[in-house]
Amino acid sequence: MGFERKDLLGTRDLSAIEIRSLLESAESFKEIAERPLKKVPALRGKTVVNLFFEPSTRTRTSFEIAAKRLSADAVNMSVSTSSVVKGESLLDTVDNIQAMAPDIIVVRHKFVGAAHMIAGRVGARVVNAGDGANEHPTQALLDMLTISEHKRLGPGLTVAIIGDIAHSRVARSNIWALTTLGVTVRVCAPPTMLPRELEKIPGLVVCERPEEALAGVDVVMMLRIQLERQDRLLFPSIRDYARIFGLNRQRLDLAAADAIVMHPGPINRGVEITSEVADGSRAVILNQVSNGVALRMAVLFLLGGQSYE
Amino acid sequence: MSSNNSSLLLKNIRLIDAGQNRDEKNLDILLRDGKVAEIAPDISFAADQVIDLDGAWVMPGAIDLHVHLREPGFEYKETILSGARAAVAGGFTSIACMANTRPVNDSAAVTRFILEQARSAPAKVLPIAAISKGMAGEELVEMGDLSAAGAVAFSDDGKTVANSKLLRHALEYASLFNKPLLCHCQDNALFADGVIHEGLISAAHGLPGIPTLAEDIDIARSIMLAEYLKVPIHICHLSTAEGVRLVRSAKDRGVKVTAEATPHHLFLDERAVIDLACGEVLDDSLKPNQLRYNTVTKMSPPLRATTDVSALREALADGTIDVIATDHAPHEATEKAVEYELAPFGVIGLETAVALGLRLINEKVLTPLELTARLSLAPAEILGLDDRGSLAVGMAADLMIVDPELEWTVDPEKFYSKARNTPFAGWRMQGRVVKTIVDGKVVFNL
Repeated sequence: MGFERKDLLGTRDLSAIEIRSLLESAESFKEIAERPLKKVPALRGKTVVNLFFEPSTRTRTSFEIAAKRLSADAVNMSVSTSSVVKGESLLDTVDNIQAMAPDIIVVRHKFVGAAHMIAGRVGARVVNAGDGANEHPTQALLDMLTISEHKRLGPGLTVAIIGDIAHSRVARSNIWALTTLGVTVRVCAPPTMLPRELEKIPGLVVCERPEEALAGVDVVMMLRIQLERQDRLLFPSIRDYARIFGLNRQRLDLAAADAIVMHPGPINRGVEITSEVADGSRAVILNQVSNGVALRMAVLFLLGGQSYE
Repeated sequence: MSSNNSSLLLKNIRLIDAGQNRDEKNLDILLRDGKVAEIAPDISFAADQVIDLDGAWVMPGAIDLHVHLREPGFEYKETILSGARAAVAGGFTSIACMANTRPVNDSAAVTRFILEQARSAPAKVLPIAAISKGMAGEELVEMGDLSAAGAVAFSDDGKTVANSKLLRHALEYASLFNKPLLCHCQDNALFADGVIHEGLISAAHGLPGIPTLAEDIDIARSIMLAEYLKVPIHICHLSTAEGVRLVRSAKDRGVKVTAEATPHHLFLDERAVIDLACGEVLDDSLKPNQLRYNTVTKMSPPLRATTDVSALREALADGTIDVIATDHAPHEATEKAVEYELAPFGVIGLETAVALGLRLINEKVLTPLELTARLSLAPAEILGLDDRGSLAVGMAADLMIVDPELEWTVDPEKFYSKARNTPFAGWRMQGRVVKTIVDGKVVFNL
């Protein structure tokens, strides 16, 4: 067993061995989705709480399906920001949940470090399902799983990540996982969405233009552009963004002939990616979604299969 | 603080006082009627009390021109009394408190209230009045009335006066009363929703960044106003290398600019946000999960890059930075025990600042004399306090006695402050204030 942590908070601190063992385990869970009875008793009697402080349909559903296929009791708890406004602190909320003795808590929160804070507070295992712009480790790991279905995941591979890098936890978790595995990562964003000093991160190549980032790459990851960011002076218009940074047929032709196209979803058709590319033969976007369930089963299994001392 | 009529003779001291440019061993100092009466090698005087200090250091009491005492309005965080107790426990004999109370100190009534509350406090409390009414940045406070009531300076602190015309008139009008403006320099639009220094750590961890530019651009504006108007200006808590350069070049051309730095900006950098220990060997009071994203590393301006810290230390040594001030900002534990981005800015500093100053001596950044200049002489000069800041004969008998060898560990649970939000918990220190004397009276005894 290569994964012996109490919690999965990010990919930043994971070793290559830990990542590989998570992926290996996920491989073995894939076939459960093919069965007529999609259930194994691995986590029978365990309780998984999906604690979501931020609205999310697909990530929450993916975790819920993963837990249920492992026979765990999955409970969804959406804490609207309004109850935060009413005055209950994060730690009070978490203490209440801990009092109900869950085995695993899956947390999504709009602020950086929330999952770390919870992990330090409770005995239950904690899975970070997204904390602010920091990390979204299961997304990156399911992306690794998807890449490994098509490419040799390791040195020699080049991945381009294009979009709002500054505000993206998906980008960060992918950057850590990929660079740890020795993959070359190119990032590309409008200068307003590129964190200062990003270029100091080892293994990262910062590209000014998407054409430069795409040239000959094996994997293209497009990031969702947050439409509301327009109000924050980060880019003049959706139209301008799509024209310069959107992935279309012509730009994709710059990548390697067998390059795959990924997107964490939900996609903005015609903004960061054209429908032609999103629905095209090189897109593996729905494979990512399927793999998400298997990967999350692996994570829940590895964390919840035995009690943590 | 009323003077008392007793006398106190401290024997066998090492006197360190920048005001007299003296660093001498084997002296005695006699305090009478709340003032320094005599300094000589062997004073024979039948004092009410005689203490042999066996070579301990005697330095002028530290003067902190930047603290938040939270009263009136936020007494659950700190009170004038608890803040003053923390001050004397840390060697501070005078503390100037910022105006961001509730109500804001923008009227003589509030200033008088603060002074009234301070009558029973062990340290001398000096109210700083707001620059604008309600710190709203729109209308000037009644500076004449406030000066008469006892305000020693004007500042909107965290709420930078964005309107340059208002700031100009504030500088002009305050000069009528010889009162300094203390400027927290910050461009609010560039600061935006930032919570830590914009740099490698913010890039890697997705925490919204505060660019050095947000500070520098406003330091430049403040200096330009002071230069144009030929009036003094004081820059609060410098944190950037560029800010240092701006202040240094302004001083070189004769602008009457002074500046302060806080101990946390002199000892910590952005890496503390993800590793509070940051190379320091701490005691085991902090659990491993408390080392990352700990909100005691959140303050404004933020902990900057290592290059900024070196620039600050160099500027402190060469006098570009005149003053060490704490920006003591108490918060209740539960207010800080929240998500990093939601936590209030600010850390406390009164009970650790002098000890960290002593560490600057050990690290060869400052000489003992320079330390007393930064902690006592310069702040007294900036605030126009001509009765303190030095221990020359005739000055107020406000002083601290330091055991430079005493080893101790910072334990927030033992603080006199109501608050515990220090980033220095668990630090092992060498050198400590063992007694503090205000107006000739021992107000703190370790």
